[in-house]
Amino acid sequence: MSDRQRSRGRRFSRFRRFLRALPGYILLIAMLIFLLFPFYWTFVTSIKPQKELYGRTVTYWPTAVTFDSYRKLFSEYNFLKPMLNSLLVASVTTVVSLTVSLLAAYAFSRYRFRGRKFFMTLFLTNNMFPTVLLLIPLFAIMRRIGILYTPSALILSYTTFTIPFSIWLLNGYLDDLPGSLEEAAMVDGANRAQAFMKIILPMLIPCVVATGAYVFMTAWNEYTFAVMFTNEGNRTIPVALKNFIGQLGVEWGMLTAGGIITIIPVCIMFFFAQKRLVEGLTAGAVKG
Amino acid sequence: MYRRKFSPWPYLLIAPALIVIFAVVFFPVLNAIFMSFQSYDLRRPSQIRFTGLANYVAAMHDPLFWQALIKTVIWVSVGVGLQFVFGFLLALLLNRKFPGRGIVRSISLIPWVTPGVLIGLMWRWIFDGNYGVLNDLLMRLGLIHDKIPFLAQQSTAFPSVILTIIWQGIPFFALMLLAGLQGIPEELYDAANVDGANAFQRFFMITIPSLKNTIFVTTLLRIIWVANSVDVIFNMTEGGPAYSTQTLSVYVFNKANTLNLGYASTMAILLALALALVAVPYLKTLFKAQEESK
Repeated sequence: MSDRQRSRGRRFSRFRRFLRALPGYILLIAMLIFLLFPFYWTFVTSIKPQKELYGRTVTYWPTAVTFDSYRKLFSEYNFLKPMLNSLLVASVTTVVSLTVSLLAAYAFSRYRFRGRKFFMTLFLTNNMFPTVLLLIPLFAIMRRIGILYTPSALILSYTTFTIPFSIWLLNGYLDDLPGSLEEAAMVDGANRAQAFMKIILPMLIPCVVATGAYVFMTAWNEYTFAVMFTNEGNRTIPVALKNFIGQLGVEWGMLTAGGIITIIPVCIMFFFAQKRLVEGLTAGAVKG
Repeated sequence: MYRRKFSPWPYLLIAPALIVIFAVVFFPVLNAIFMSFQSYDLRRPSQIRFTGLANYVAAMHDPLFWQALIKTVIWVSVGVGLQFVFGFLLALLLNRKFPGRGIVRSISLIPWVTPGVLIGLMWRWIFDGNYGVLNDLLMRLGLIHDKIPFLAQQSTAFPSVILTIIWQGIPFFALMLLAGLQGIPEELYDAANVDGANAFQRFFMITIPSLKNTIFVTTLLRIIWVANSVDVIFNMTEGGPAYSTQTLSVYVFNKANTLNLGYASTMAILLALALALVAVPYLKTLFKAQEESK
């Protein structure tokens, strides 16, 4: 067989492989369109002139692109305020959850102690309490102690689900780091805390960041607690978005513009944290 | 390295987490149980008193409670079921090598990181009866002749919100299952090929059993999340029209908004019990599987 024939044969088989894979690609493209179209539509809505939104015909690209909705969002509606509120609540929730969870996860991963399994189960089952079950008593309690309608009310209520989840994730990551690493350091005279700070923490940082990204996102996105526990002054983005639905109809232009601005930071965070996060989420499951 | 003798350290390390969780979860849950035995209505604060099982009896006689329970079962089973099917499909499609796979994988994740409120509102706009793009697309394709008010009529509202929750859940399943798929050793498939197994057999004899635990954890998490989710439905329909999209979570939320906290707590507890009924056997099996593998 000459070289030319061989290369033609290879090309032919590659073409056949492509043909065999084609239905899969078509399916993939169809699914991606389904998953991404709502975002395209939200974006297009946010850059349409007001008139065109409620026009006779639906347009798939604005006849005249305008950023009026974005401008109005900040000038008339002061969207910066809920953004800063969300940033504050999400950041503090992240720091508090990570600190508390890292300590607990370390104990669960590195010590065998009486009641270990009981406490682990305690944290695990936490995830099961319905949001609405906690919502009601927390509302009554926070009202009584006078922190209702302050950021602390939200931060505290978010820890109800971020702490158990973070412990679970961080425990999985820690289990993957062999204990012999610290042992070696401790043989060399470091104490446990030093061994943790010098050896484990640097290796764990990407995982802590991924967990933090997850916590930040859940706090940033949360609505059910936020709508009950905040008022005009400290409402967060999700509540602000919902407020575009008024008595006289919906401000779709501003709403979609606000939506686009909301998801950009979490998307960026997630592109970076994604790999570690999925590793952590599947850690317990895949090992089994 | 694990010390046999008693050490206070592990207890001190878990103490902060434990204290927070007791304060914001266990104490409130006890509070909710307590409130469920009271006529706790903040609109009539002077009449708050112990009423025994009255709220539970009322729930049993409340047709809306039963309707919401049935809606929840459909919402969770159809919602999570189809999330799983399409998520698995997407995972299998993404598990092949092709240029740009990393980017495709990342962008298909976006629905998962989108706030529930925004998801609800985006789809509400898509489903809109007057200016909605779905109506326009269906009309252009010649599938319908008149615009359908998807979220405003009882027959279409519930399927519409279910479609939305499916859309939200596909990426999560896809990512988790994809990670699981990539953990399956290639040799297993090679061995099966030698034995002459076809694609169908390979899928059911190797892929599914290897992913058993991933499937387990992922579906459990999603069942809990979807059953508890309020934001998507509330922002699309608020439970209407005529309560046709009112799941138990949404019902409790609506009741809590009217400040009838006693009755709302009662239903929230019943929801938690229903969830436990599903989750406990689930967790037991999982724990057993993990113990065996250790």
